[in-house]
Amino acid sequence: MTQTVQVGYDSKAEPGIIYTRVDALLNWFRQYSLWPMPMGLACCAIELMATGASRYDIARFGAEVMRFSPRQSDVMIVSGTVTYKMALVVKRLYEQMAEPKWVIAMGACASTGGMYRSYAVLQGIDNLLPVDFYISGCPPRPEALLEALVQLQKKVRREPVLATLKRPGPALPRPAGAQIIAPPDASAQ
Amino acid sequence: MTAFELADKLRVQFPTVLGVPSEFRGEVTIVLSDPEQIVEVCKYAKEQLGFEMLLDITSIDNYGQEPRWTVVYMLYSLKHRCHLRIKTDVTEARSELPTVTGIWRGADWHEREVYDMMGIRFRGHPDLRRILMWEGYPYFPLRKDFPLAGRSSEVPGVAFSRPAPMEGGPFVTMPGGKDAIEREPRVRNPQNQEGVSEP
Repeated sequence: MTQTVQVGYDSKAEPGIIYTRVDALLNWFRQYSLWPMPMGLACCAIELMATGASRYDIARFGAEVMRFSPRQSDVMIVSGTVTYKMALVVKRLYEQMAEPKWVIAMGACASTGGMYRSYAVLQGIDNLLPVDFYISGCPPRPEALLEALVQLQKKVRREPVLATLKRPGPALPRPAGAQIIAPPDASAQ
Repeated sequence: MTAFELADKLRVQFPTVLGVPSEFRGEVTIVLSDPEQIVEVCKYAKEQLGFEMLLDITSIDNYGQEPRWTVVYMLYSLKHRCHLRIKTDVTEARSELPTVTGIWRGADWHEREVYDMMGIRFRGHPDLRRILMWEGYPYFPLRKDFPLAGRSSEVPGVAFSRPAPMEGGPFVTMPGGKDAIEREPRVRNPQNQEGVSEP
């Protein structure tokens, strides 16, 4: 009784193998699963909600997972008027987001302070955060936000992800008297 | 009973401190000459005349004149369906008058707002903190001598503020610059805008 064994690549068992570079693959993953942090501060947030709802459906672009925790978010969408009272809170939330992270300034207020030339309003969130995309409009249409998202995806696709991964991040401040457990030194062996 | 009749009754009760009620476009105003009497006047208006509702407390800055402040109380009577406005002047040197939170609980936040924006204190208020601006903000923004653009301030870890560039920006265009950063500066007149672009 003989058995035949198929040797080589089985296209039925392992379909769709692609050859690519690792950084291109990682960027491809990132690009289509940008999780937004909805920093809704004023009326632009209503348009942001419309973008997330079924008619405009931000899920078509893989960014439907609105996270209300900065620790699980990739892109902060600052939608609305940033008052000075709120400014450092927005900055703190941004700092809590894990790298890599991006910022979209949605609408006139978040970009420049908008019509509020006032003692109470920050004149553009880029005074505090590095903004990747500005969206004009008061408020912008959902299509404009989706356009910014598509542009951001293009930007993410071009990022040198492996070069960034190798670079160590800034050291966190340690409490006084904390012990550091050093990894075993490879050169000593 | 009309607002005018009620104001007359109020004046009969406090003839030395209340002025003659005046009517303008159907709204009745009565002026109280001594702000220290505001609690007694309001108490009578609420309990005897039926003004059970305090709509608003607001303040006017008569900048350059004495007395500088005018505090305005907007009363409403659900029973008589009419409004009454009580005005009283407070000097800048004093900048203080008694609270009416003991009569209307709703006066609490109105008085905090007047304190926050104008710097008039309410003696006996249960919780006289700023309501819109943050704790430690050093100015009173609705005063007439406060610039429209605002002023620089800093409370570390809480908030900061910088003067707004007003008509000088941001994102104004300056033709002739060699690149986009020069052509579209954040502020057109940086010499007038100390500290605008710094965080």
